[in-house]
Amino acid sequence: MSYTLDQRQLDRIEDILKADLVDNGVRCVFLIDMAGNIITNLDNGEKQHDIYSLAALAAGNFGAVSAMAKIIGENEFSLLFHKGKKENIHFNKISSEFLLITIFGNEISLGFLRMKVAESVEQLKEVLEPLVPGAGG
Amino acid sequence: MAFINLKNKVIQVKIVYYGPGRGGKTTNLEYIHRRFQDRIHAEMVTVKTHGDRTLFFDFLPFDIGLIHGYQIKVQLYTVPGQPKYNATRKLVLRGVDGIVFVADSMAVCRESNVQSLKNLQENLAAYRKSLVSVPWVLQYNKIDLAEQGIPVLSVEQLERDLNRGFGRPAFPASALKGVNVAATLKKIISLAVTSIRDELM
Repeated sequence: MSYTLDQRQLDRIEDILKADLVDNGVRCVFLIDMAGNIITNLDNGEKQHDIYSLAALAAGNFGAVSAMAKIIGENEFSLLFHKGKKENIHFNKISSEFLLITIFGNEISLGFLRMKVAESVEQLKEVLEPLVPGAGG
Repeated sequence: MAFINLKNKVIQVKIVYYGPGRGGKTTNLEYIHRRFQDRIHAEMVTVKTHGDRTLFFDFLPFDIGLIHGYQIKVQLYTVPGQPKYNATRKLVLRGVDGIVFVADSMAVCRESNVQSLKNLQENLAAYRKSLVSVPWVLQYNKIDLAEQGIPVLSVEQLERDLNRGFGRPAFPASALKGVNVAATLKKIISLAVTSIRDELM
């Protein structure tokens, strides 16, 4: 099964990510699906990453952690956070099909980031939920 | 599950190389990476164990150019072939648009080929897909071993074991020497892109 996003939908997604995350100091943000496809990515222009590899690994990583959750009797772990010395990665599930990944430095607190990500996710759900049948929640 | 970006006119297509352990899935990707260096700007990503076996997957993205005005970005994945890694194999299949089943032509691998194909069918069923609904091709790898006196299965035997009732395109190949590696890849990309087009029309 394939799905499509048009210019209006992608512009809306980028507006949400820019206003909530990039303008608040996040270095790089990307929206991917669980197959590892990149839907959109934005950054603050400082660093270029190999985003296709990052997306494939992120989808695999999230899938692996979800499978671990099921083994221990949890339905899912809806967010993940990896802390580095200078860079950190935060993963937040949007629905069963989509994942939001943010890369940020130590100048942003995790609490603030989580709040901003949560705000973005609510808005993104409205755009994404009609796309893939059964992907809501 | 291909994603079509109408704004940038990009289609992302996910191709998975599946098959028994040590069958040559990673070797296919390594050959493609070397052969198409001018088009592949990214490094191949591999998640391996210390013993150099694929633990999670290998990943190789590249652009194949424009089709009907759309830029096609192909993402190649392999799965770990060893039976114990079924959980990760299943994860990699998520959203697959096309599959290359890499069978090992060595006579001793006859049973593991059949088991791996059966495992593929079971894992596809978890995503409500099947070998009828997903585009796929077969590659009978390691045919060159016959020259060294190692017993290999005949193409007819492999067809009977793996392709009976399916009638999919099949390629006798040597991933190590690059024989029919590109032909296999071209075929699966063509089938996957046609399938996505048909679905959208």
